[in-house]
Amino acid sequence: MTNSAMAVAAPRRRALHGHPLLDRLVPIATIVLALIAIWYVAAVLMNMALVRDAFEREETPYTASELIAGTMEAERPLLPAPHQVIAAFVDSVFGYPLNAPRSLVYHSAVTLSATLLGFVLGALLGIALALMIVHSRVLEKSLLPWIICSQMVPILALAPIFIVVLGALGLQGLLPKSIISAYLSFFPVTIGMVKGFTSPDPMQLDLMRTWSATPAQVLTKLRWPAAVPYLFAGLKVAITISLIGAIVAELPTGGEAGIGARLLAGSYYGQTVQIWSALLAAAILASALIGLVGLAERVVGRQMGTRP
Amino acid sequence: MNPLADAGTLADATPRRLAVDISDISLTFETADGEVEALSKVNLQIAAGEFVSFIGPSGCGKTTVLRVIADLQQPTSGTLSVNGMSAEQARLSRAYGYVFQAPALFPWRTIEKNLKLPLEVMGFSDSEQRERAARYLALVNLSGFERKFPWQLSGGMQQRVSIARALSFDPHLLLMDEPFGALDEIVRDHLNEQLLQLWDKTAKTVLFVTHSIPEAVFLSTKIVVMSPRPGRIIDVIDCDFPRQRTLEIRETPEFLKVAHRVRVGLRAGHAYDE
Repeated sequence: MTNSAMAVAAPRRRALHGHPLLDRLVPIATIVLALIAIWYVAAVLMNMALVRDAFEREETPYTASELIAGTMEAERPLLPAPHQVIAAFVDSVFGYPLNAPRSLVYHSAVTLSATLLGFVLGALLGIALALMIVHSRVLEKSLLPWIICSQMVPILALAPIFIVVLGALGLQGLLPKSIISAYLSFFPVTIGMVKGFTSPDPMQLDLMRTWSATPAQVLTKLRWPAAVPYLFAGLKVAITISLIGAIVAELPTGGEAGIGARLLAGSYYGQTVQIWSALLAAAILASALIGLVGLAERVVGRQMGTRP
Repeated sequence: MNPLADAGTLADATPRRLAVDISDISLTFETADGEVEALSKVNLQIAAGEFVSFIGPSGCGKTTVLRVIADLQQPTSGTLSVNGMSAEQARLSRAYGYVFQAPALFPWRTIEKNLKLPLEVMGFSDSEQRERAARYLALVNLSGFERKFPWQLSGGMQQRVSIARALSFDPHLLLMDEPFGALDEIVRDHLNEQLLQLWDKTAKTVLFVTHSIPEAVFLSTKIVVMSPRPGRIIDVIDCDFPRQRTLEIRETPEFLKVAHRVRVGLRAGHAYDE
């Protein structure tokens, strides 16, 4: 009874849904539309008092629709409406030459370079620390607590210290930002790789021993490949916090360039639209970076025979 | 060439070399609840070319015997020689291949690369690796599966790969720790027959841990019955079926007689418990 009902229902379901890509996009689009709707309502409510004050100051009569329209076009709203953010974003991405100080592409590129260098440094440091921890109990006991402590200090407090100290050492520009970025991003890689390097089955380790494998062989032929899934899990977290680290590092540098500098300048001058468009740029950058790591993971996974 | 006659002359002409010589081995574990005597004064001599099964309830130390021979664990007291060497020397000279309960294949390597793994570790040349991988895959009837990954094979096939892997570097000794324990009866029977043929073809010494009485009697030239707390040998039964035997011998009176003796031994060991 139920079986036959399901058999009938199955093709109908398929007809309703259509292309698999569409199936995946529909739920995402629904959420995005709902968020945009909530955003508009919030913009109206939050900017209402601001606009009403402006009308009353000029002593002009206003209607409700004028009031609502005003909340979506204010120059310095508390909460800019989505279309204002998009317009400002499009303008600052396409409206200026790529190296102009008002171009969001320019600022994104500055932050991206610090992010990528920080990510590479952080990943290498993370793997090196994990290797040391896995191979020595003494190092595990002495290093691990400090590694965990390092992440308990807020980076916002540490970043200016880093900038000042590194500046005194003659390091400026890209490198100090990357170091702050690496300081954050090594952590998930270390934690993941410690787990990954110790993930081989005891039987696999015993097998290597029965073949009298050297420690280097155990590492390259067993521990390292076994750790690859953990590596990618760590790298996905690391790449986003590399970006956060780079942006935070741009705040105390006085705001010359970078997404962080745009955020800082925006908040100085009450340019909420500029802040939001910089945030949008950061979000797009983060998604693209995670996407790239995910792509690398799939390519490596295919070569390593991961079950589809 | 008749393998049966061949084996006969081999056995008669040369005085049998000892593959494994265990004397007075004891092994004590320190656990949270105090000491556990995993092995107590175990003595055993195994001649080259024999097929010896270890049978007994869990905790009787049959796996431990294998691990001690393989130098994966060190005895607390007693002496042990493997191919006339110490266990460590034997391991370093790659004297044995070990097959575990689970296939323990490396999931990121294809079947061929899994077979090549010990050869890579031992530094065989590329051409030798290729040649041996092909030869031993053929030996376990898995030619054509070179490029598959382990998850694409059934449990029985995976275990055959792990046996081929253990044989690939041509060790004198094959240590097998319940290799077919996780497989169903029919696959198990089939693999038992294949294993016997393999043993006949390669003339290895095989040490085989099992829970199954019929499996032990069917495969072995010698059955070692063990008992737990402390782990010790309570009976060693010779089992002289012809080298080339079929599953049908399991219905013969001789077979049942040996099986009965194993069962009596096991029961005596268990009585200690209750």
